[in-house]
Amino acid sequence: MSVIALPQADAAERPIPQPGWLTLIARRRTTLIGAILMVIMVALGVLAPLIAGNPGHMDVAGRLAAPSRAHWLGTDDVGRDVWSRIVYGARLSLLVGVAVVALSFVLGMACGLAAGYYRRLDNVIMRIMDGLMAFPAIVLAIALMAALGPSVLNVIISIGIVYAPRVARVVRGSVLVVRETTYVEAALALGVTDLILIGRHIVPNILSPVIVQGSFVFAAAVLTEAALSFLGVGVPPYVPSWGVILAEGRLYIQQAPWLVIYPGLAIMLTIFGLNLFGDGLRDLLDPKIRGLATERQRAA
Amino acid sequence: MKTYVIRRLLALIPVALVVATVAFVLIHLAPGDPASVIAGPDATRDDVQRIERQLGLDAPLPMQLLRWYGRLVQGDLGQSIFLRKPVTDAILDRVEPTLLLTVSAIVIAIVIGVPAGVIAARYHNTTTDQVLMVLALLGVSIPNFLLGLLFILFFSVWLGWFPVAGYSPLEYGWLKTVRSLVLPAFALGLVQSALIARIARSSMLDVLREQFITAGRAKGLGERAVIYKHAFKNALIPTMTIIGISFAILISGAVVVETVFNIPGLGRLIISAVLRRDYPVIQGVVLCIAGVYMLINLAVDLSYLIVDPRVKYQ
Repeated sequence: MSVIALPQADAAERPIPQPGWLTLIARRRTTLIGAILMVIMVALGVLAPLIAGNPGHMDVAGRLAAPSRAHWLGTDDVGRDVWSRIVYGARLSLLVGVAVVALSFVLGMACGLAAGYYRRLDNVIMRIMDGLMAFPAIVLAIALMAALGPSVLNVIISIGIVYAPRVARVVRGSVLVVRETTYVEAALALGVTDLILIGRHIVPNILSPVIVQGSFVFAAAVLTEAALSFLGVGVPPYVPSWGVILAEGRLYIQQAPWLVIYPGLAIMLTIFGLNLFGDGLRDLLDPKIRGLATERQRAA
Repeated sequence: MKTYVIRRLLALIPVALVVATVAFVLIHLAPGDPASVIAGPDATRDDVQRIERQLGLDAPLPMQLLRWYGRLVQGDLGQSIFLRKPVTDAILDRVEPTLLLTVSAIVIAIVIGVPAGVIAARYHNTTTDQVLMVLALLGVSIPNFLLGLLFILFFSVWLGWFPVAGYSPLEYGWLKTVRSLVLPAFALGLVQSALIARIARSSMLDVLREQFITAGRAKGLGERAVIYKHAFKNALIPTMTIIGISFAILISGAVVVETVFNIPGLGRLIISAVLRRDYPVIQGVVLCIAGVYMLINLAVDLSYLIVDPRVKYQ
């Protein structure tokens, strides 16, 4: 009669149930809150035509009206509905976020893989990336916008170029680690081509840190777009963007504080959600990187 | 150590070259011929040619690039098209508010951020820690221009404590200057203090797991001595790195916050230059900010030598 309960043989053979993605996300409260905030933002953006009126419809007689039943969040200086403009602003932020992540990943992956894999290119590529990163993000984005001119596409291109070097740096770092592993050596010994080696063996193994970086690039893109548009050098003023609404609201801050408060809340909750989600994602995908590394990624 | 300093300085050269080249390329990125874009739609042929000559755009491209490097080495950033004075003068005219704003913001960021991080780490996993960290995450999530607008709304419009916007130069009395800088400096500094607090906390937590901390406690050191004398000193390096990064971010943050508060600094200068297509000024300000950014990063790297005697770079 043993006091210590020995594990049963058949219990050990049963596979440990792997929790699914959703369970993992739901398990941490902060990540869940982040995910919910993101879902709300995506829903607002996607459903914009159903839940909001025409964001460009002007009603000069009803300008600067306080929030009411007709205009939930009030109206702006030319009588446009603030709720509609914020909802369409969410759509723009979503578009810019997704497009910037895509663009900076394509550019950053290409440069990072080339630099990490072909050692001869490393010095040249990374010095160029260092040079680009020597500019503070917003300043380089302003300068690029000055050259390209105001439009949604140019905002995406500018912010994409600004964040590509930051992605490239993460990719290169991971490639340098992965290329020393035995499975890469084995693939090399088998004589696979560079393309297959990179595409099938290296890329899938560096994705975790890159995806984590993606959530921060998304947040940074949303923020930078809002800042550029606020400064008047982002999207053209007729496009409903959170930054544009804030820039206009700034002029009427005494009479119509709702022009500042609600778009501000939208930006804050979105970035807050992305940060919470990004932190959670990092812990899930990349338990090795702790606080410091991510903070530095975020800061960069 | 000397070789490390020299190596670090030499490493700046390629970066500086890329920075200068990017600033040069900017003007050629514009769709169409830069001179006529700058001159505007109403310009005559003569105007366009004058600008072309003025900017040296009539020379072949590689020649232009070489001349550009040559001028930069001499500290010549060219002439502003709109302001009709040298770009360096235009920048010097605007440096005071930006500099004061950035420096006061970093002081605020450090004074709030470092203690908050240390306290959060000391009371790890308690309510204090959690409250501080939620505040910090909120702080990281508020863009500085938004915080600035909210400050104006609360403290200027509703409470009437501070001027709504504007800047009073030092020559009109420092007290007025301070008053005009309180809100913008806090708007900038608080956001960065959140970042610093998060870093300070995680580096403190890393250090608190070390064996020498356990040893310190085992030999009966008080908690105060453990935290402030042993742990804090060792947590300084990552914290200093982030303070350096913060300072650099603040310079670019100032560009945005200046617009919120109508402060005539470098930020206003570059934004109005963008709207007027005054490319020499845009290039000048961008180069100037990138230069300061690079120097700060260098200073942070070199400061490790002083803070951490273990760091002996060969």
